[in-house]
Amino acid sequence: MVLSANDKTNVKGLFGKIGGQAEEYGAETLERMFAAYPQTKTYFPHFDLGKGSAQVKGHGKKVAAALVEAANNIDDIAGALSKLSDLHAQKLRVDPVNFKLLGQCFLVVVASRNPSLLTPEVHASLDKFLCAVGTVLTAKYR
Amino acid sequence: MVHWSAEEKQLIAGVWAKVSVEECGAEALARLLIVYPWTQRFFDNFGNLSSPTAIVGNPKVRAHGKKVLTSFGEAIKNLDNIKGTFSKLSELHCEKLHVDPENFRLLGDILIIVLATHFTKDFTPACQATWQKLVGLVAHALAHKYH
Repeated sequence: MVLSANDKTNVKGLFGKIGGQAEEYGAETLERMFAAYPQTKTYFPHFDLGKGSAQVKGHGKKVAAALVEAANNIDDIAGALSKLSDLHAQKLRVDPVNFKLLGQCFLVVVASRNPSLLTPEVHASLDKFLCAVGTVLTAKYR
Repeated sequence: MVHWSAEEKQLIAGVWAKVSVEECGAEALARLLIVYPWTQRFFDNFGNLSSPTAIVGNPKVRAHGKKVLTSFGEAIKNLDNIKGTFSKLSELHCEKLHVDPENFRLLGDILIIVLATHFTKDFTPACQATWQKLVGLVAHALAHKYH
């Protein structure tokens, strides 16, 4: 899967418009993921996953920051997320299927908060971008 | 046997009552063909699918999208027997249409995103969770008779 010039423009444009709200998007993404896919909670036994959890908000902020970083370095996502990729391979070892689930929930957050931004073309580009991020984060698994 | 809580049934009915099957169906199928272009393989006879604009405006896409979502409505009318409801359709998709069941999962996820754009903040996490459960069951039912 290769990100075209159009894809890159669409993704950068979207994150540009989301701007400072990225943290909130991250937190809501996680909230939705835990609700829709309860099995994802198994990676957070040490978290309070209740509504409004400060830990979920904090973690959502980290997730969003990584996506923003990837978007800002979209020509070299592997380079930008190299340390995160190491972390996921060596320590976190989140099963690869879960990145799709997170991606789906991020798309839903964008769709519900900014329906006019998520045109079919931007939807396609963002989906590809999220796949690319997942691929990078699992690239060193074996 | 699938269990639906009263809350889940309400979340499904509440959303469905406000859905334009024609609009949402058309949009969901168009997005499927745009976001996952390999799904166009099933629609060689649909004419112009050469660009997102062409796909969105394609009358065959719109008509088929409406047909698909109308059929989805049958699941909602028969929440306690989704497998039975789609038994014949499952056989059809396997034996005649030769559709990889992964496509049902893809369409289900796309439908969720379309609903999210329409219902915005009303498409709460609980609402999404219920609908993800529903589309998952529909996909499973459509794959159930595969052999």
